[in-house]
Amino acid sequence: MTEALATPPQKQLAADKTSLITGSEAIAVACKLADVDVITAYPIRPYDTVMQYVAKLVSNGELDCEYIVAESEHSQFEIVKHASAVGARVFCGSSGVGWMYAFEALTVTPALRIPMVAMVGNRALDDPGAFGVEHNDALAVRDLGWQLVWVDSAQEALDTALIAYRVAEDRRIFLPCAISCDGAFLTHSQALVKVPSQEKVKAFLPRYDRGDLLLHPDNPITVAPQVNEDWLMEIRRQTAAAMDRSPAVIREAYADFERIFGRSYGNPFFEEYQTEDADVVLVGMGTLSNPVRVAIRQMRQEGKKVGFVRVRWFRPFAAEELAATLGRFKAVGVIDRDFSLGSPYRSGVLATEVRAAMYPAPNRPPIVGFICGLGGREVTVPAVREMTESVYLAAEGTTQPGTKWIGLRE
Amino acid sequence: MGRLFAVEIVYRGIFQKNLARNISRAIVLAAHHEGKPGISFGRYGDSPERNGIPAKSFAIVATDDVTLEEGMAKYEPKEVDITIVVDDTLCKGVESWAWYGLQPINRLTKPGGTLIVTSHENSETLISMAHRKETPYQLAIVKGTPSFSGLWVYKDDHSDVRILGTMAKVLPELFSLASVQQVIRAEWNDELKATSALRAYERATTVTVQPTQGNPEKPFEFQMPKWTEMREGIAIPAIPRGHQMKDPNTGEMGGYQPERNPTFKKFTTRTMRPVVDFDTCIKCTLCWLQCPDSVFDVTPDGLYDANMEACCGCGVCEAVCPVSNCITMVNETQFADNDSQWRMWKEDKEGYKGWLKEKIANRPERSHGFRFRGQYAEQVPDMLKIAREG
Repeated sequence: MTEALATPPQKQLAADKTSLITGSEAIAVACKLADVDVITAYPIRPYDTVMQYVAKLVSNGELDCEYIVAESEHSQFEIVKHASAVGARVFCGSSGVGWMYAFEALTVTPALRIPMVAMVGNRALDDPGAFGVEHNDALAVRDLGWQLVWVDSAQEALDTALIAYRVAEDRRIFLPCAISCDGAFLTHSQALVKVPSQEKVKAFLPRYDRGDLLLHPDNPITVAPQVNEDWLMEIRRQTAAAMDRSPAVIREAYADFERIFGRSYGNPFFEEYQTEDADVVLVGMGTLSNPVRVAIRQMRQEGKKVGFVRVRWFRPFAAEELAATLGRFKAVGVIDRDFSLGSPYRSGVLATEVRAAMYPAPNRPPIVGFICGLGGREVTVPAVREMTESVYLAAEGTTQPGTKWIGLRE
Repeated sequence: MGRLFAVEIVYRGIFQKNLARNISRAIVLAAHHEGKPGISFGRYGDSPERNGIPAKSFAIVATDDVTLEEGMAKYEPKEVDITIVVDDTLCKGVESWAWYGLQPINRLTKPGGTLIVTSHENSETLISMAHRKETPYQLAIVKGTPSFSGLWVYKDDHSDVRILGTMAKVLPELFSLASVQQVIRAEWNDELKATSALRAYERATTVTVQPTQGNPEKPFEFQMPKWTEMREGIAIPAIPRGHQMKDPNTGEMGGYQPERNPTFKKFTTRTMRPVVDFDTCIKCTLCWLQCPDSVFDVTPDGLYDANMEACCGCGVCEAVCPVSNCITMVNETQFADNDSQWRMWKEDKEGYKGWLKEKIANRPERSHGFRFRGQYAEQVPDMLKIAREG
């Protein structure tokens, strides 16, 4: 096991400054703190708010970077891919169909071992012009070697962006990482955020060192020559090995983050809320955590022991750990803010993954899937209570576990 | 459980976006100054905004974090302590493109809550513009011209801080004058703005609006279909073809009135409306051709009648009309209904002449956005005089 790269704890690091900023602004501030070298942009809501804040930081002289507004999302992701290969720390991002337009660039980034950090402002995949949150955009790259993490507050967005650089640029990993921020609820909502000092970030985040993979005249190499069936399986296996090393590096990064910044996220992979004595739990990602927590507090007052597990890291997926946790309960409800039409049990993506994770587990409680909050529709407190009722019925064995659409006009 | 505060700022898209955001940010920062956490956000469905379309920003504040989460668990608050209206013509109701149907301006205002309006009008006029509400509420007027600027420019005429000062008076539990002045100094570094907030605080008064007061009309609503009732493939029926119009005097049929979208009318976007002098109209067709919203009904006698259910008040017709004073834009506060001007003219031409003259005396004091360099320098001193002298 390699030692963590961060420097030892400092005596007295400058205090945090509280700012009223959106989730998007928090990501832009993280770019500034991480002293990113190349940022490319192409507008699409809700991601475009990040561009605006980055542009402001650049024009105010607070961030010294190459800021390139490309002619499309595809070019945008290609430019940072190449910049990263020559040793630049890069940032990029998009939303919904914009992210899909960049798909060719997104698919080749992991195999080239480019530690790009991207922000996905989660948005419906249209049509026509829907811009509310759905998670299908970011989830589309789930099989390709991208690390994927979901956050639920502006503070977590800022902190996770710093952690993402630390993990992605670790020589053991060199894989891209996308941070998913729910459109509107996170990207457009201003909250009070503790912005850490540059000193702390310096102590946490080492310089991006591409080492032997640096594309530079002093290090003559060719990146991505033509390959065929003689090569591709080995390339995939290498990328898989890097992804397999990711959980340990993520753990190290969170531990160091806590040590230097004094903020703890507990288990990096998923967050548990009131699960200790819970009979049933809900599982979900992103900002729907907010109404879920409020509904759980209400239901607990009525004597219902309900808990919540918020999945942060979807890739790598903490299957064993999550299966062990969920095995403690009588039934599990998985809330998907996405869909996977024609999938097993007509579920969303997360529910399908959770079922797969549970299969080898010794305790396999019934799992009910919920499709909810698509296109930015509000996930209400009553909707959460309705879902919990279904989970209780599944625990009693009175219903067939399957998938339910919640908050639909029917 | 602690106390939850919610404030909405209803504004005109683009023109007042920065104004609304400055107010909602300052609310959260002033409350934070007193140890209360909060969040500030624009309603996402309103955006991308278009010129003048009604939009909203919200500030949610609580006495503690757990209570704040209760407020954040909703996409937008179901009721608010204060509704801030930064343009008085919004009092007629708002139709955003984030929803279907027209909402009364006071719809979210809590029983006993306060409507704060920037206006030169008196309380009687503003109350009659707003729809009736089942429970009494308060009205506070911040005297002044509604502040319009652009997306990339800001007219710093102290509208923001005068509203904030008024808030400190009507809801001191949210934040004190001292706290908001601190925030103003930190955000703008302008002592004069802190003084404007103080003056607004000192002058603020409210009147109670009773359930018997206000516009008795029921605003139009729209019921959305179930998923099983919708046509597949995101197909919707087209707007039907139009029809001829009837002359109120002769009963003669002729001209052409297009059918219009019954579920999205857009007229609450209007801050000024065209009035037409039919006696001087030369029937050149330019208004009818150039109107971006196909607002002009062609009458049986070949005139052009601006339909007020469809007009956004952009002013293009006034700009293209080749006859001087034939089409004139008038402040929307001067009208109580959307009735046809042509019909009024047909029924009583002399009466219409007098009506026209009286309306034209009320040209709008606002302008849509930023027109020329130096424009704000001309407008701001008048507002600062009002801020100073009341």
